[in-house]
Amino acid sequence: MDYAAQSEAAQAERTPPARKSTLLTRKSPLIDIAQFAVFVVAVIWLTLAGAQSMDYNWQWYRVDRYLYRVIDGEFILGPLLQGLVVTLEITLFSMILTLTISLVTALLRLSGSVSGRLIATVYLEAIRNTPLLVQLFLFYFVLAPILGIDRFWAGVLCLAFFEGSFGAEIIRAGLQSVPRGQYEAGDAIGLNRLDRLRYIILPQAVPLILPPMTGLIISLIKHSAIVSVIAVAELTTQGLNIISETFMAFEIWFTVAAIYLAITVSLSFFVSWLERGAKWGR
Amino acid sequence: MTQANPMLEMRGVGKWFGNFCALYDINLDVRPGERMVVCGPSGSGKSTMIRCINRLEEHQAGQIVLDGVELTEDTKNIEQIRRKVGMVFQHFNLFPHLTVLRNLTLGPMRNFKVPEKEARETALHYLERVRIAEQASKYPSELSGGQQQRVAIARALCMKPKLMLFDEPTSALDPEMISGVLDVMVELASEGMTMMCVTHEMGFAKEVADTMVFMDEGEIVEVGPPDEFFGNPKSDRAKLFLSQILSHH
Ligand SMILES: Nc1ncnc2c1ncn2[C@@H]1O[C@H](COP(=O)(O)OP(=O)(O)O)[C@@H](O)[C@H]1O
Ligand SMILES: [Mg+2]
Repeated sequence: MDYAAQSEAAQAERTPPARKSTLLTRKSPLIDIAQFAVFVVAVIWLTLAGAQSMDYNWQWYRVDRYLYRVIDGEFILGPLLQGLVVTLEITLFSMILTLTISLVTALLRLSGSVSGRLIATVYLEAIRNTPLLVQLFLFYFVLAPILGIDRFWAGVLCLAFFEGSFGAEIIRAGLQSVPRGQYEAGDAIGLNRLDRLRYIILPQAVPLILPPMTGLIISLIKHSAIVSVIAVAELTTQGLNIISETFMAFEIWFTVAAIYLAITVSLSFFVSWLERGAKWGR
Repeated sequence: MTQANPMLEMRGVGKWFGNFCALYDINLDVRPGERMVVCGPSGSGKSTMIRCINRLEEHQAGQIVLDGVELTEDTKNIEQIRRKVGMVFQHFNLFPHLTVLRNLTLGPMRNFKVPEKEARETALHYLERVRIAEQASKYPSELSGGQQQRVAIARALCMKPKLMLFDEPTSALDPEMISGVLDVMVELASEGMTMMCVTHEMGFAKEVADTMVFMDEGEIVEVGPPDEFFGNPKSDRAKLFLSQILSHH
């Protein structure tokens, strides 16, 4: 007696009614797009009106040479794109460190070890209750000479420890939302703790961790601008330098913002594509 | 009558949750091949007792000796003992992100470094035995409760356990799913598996149990062969329990 096969056959005969078109109905994406377009036009109009009222001399034609130049058929990165490369390097290294620090801290927080939990808690409270700028100065002026690292790595480490304190809580919440029965089933088949984490808990926690973690990495990209105060030659530093030479504050800041936007938005799209892939590939 | 060493010995086992005593002075021997059914009112400590055997709960008094090895604090020792004991949970606890086949091969491949091909063969063999080999590539959520529980049994069997623990394996199932799971358990019993089952399926108990254990308030109140336990319970608590549980049959 196979109920499953029977009901499958019955299901096949019952086709659902055709779906109604959603175009131009209340939920239509067209309305969203229209709203967004109105908003963008309003922002541009405000900017132009503001610039006009202060007699701003727009010089957009001078911007492209700060992005790139072609000399004798050779493509040369301008200071802004060079800065972008440094920003991406900072982001990549501090992202890897952030994820590592987050996972280790989360595991320490959840571990049975008293000293482990204490270390994790002290770290979290210290980082979360002091300003990022002060932390950066501490890393650059105090720790960097002691550890013998340059400004780039001082910036990377500072960002990683800062974002790691938030990442730890994201990972902890993800690990804790995996039902207790899953931990027990892993134990019951005799897996050791590492295998249990790797094959059972993390695969179930990662889909929950991924969206907030993407938000964190986007913050990381944005926060990387702060290392301009210790003169690491990243995107914001390059922008500051160009403006001090050319006084094109509006053009350069808009360009810099657009570049940040381009990376953060592409990252978001990449991750949501990954998430969909994970659901289908399952 | 002389007997082989017991598969499982519990000597004066006690367990407290804070100040609340969930198990008190539990003494029990399980012989190799013995089928023991544990029953008792809700909250009497049945789950806690069998969860102590594979250290899902830590006992605080007494000794638990499995196949000659005492269960200690040591992580390696705990892992070794867990690999000899199969556990079937009330709510199946299959790994939802893995296919049925991966649910079954994970333990042997990680714990015993069994090659993938061999692990798959073993897994398919046990899926065959619980009569769901055709579901091997599905995910647990695509199966009915009864099928999931049979996968859970097969997952435990893939570790070639010396002792199988069942904690109310049919309590979460729709009525029409129960017999399929019980059939598998009866078959397992007939093949000589050492089993300890917490269940309220008294028909099953009468059919397969060598020994009935009745628990109440964290203690073992009665131990004996099923004829005696069902026909002539000694304690008032067992009489009351049986009258309640059998009144609808
Ligand atoms: N993790 C726990 N924390 C506190 N009390 C618990 C815990 N697990 C079980 N108990 C208590 O221990 C007693 C026995 O529980 P349990 O072994 O689950 O009973 P049974 O399986 O016989 O219904 C119950 O009173 C229950 O409330
Ligand atoms: Mg129970």
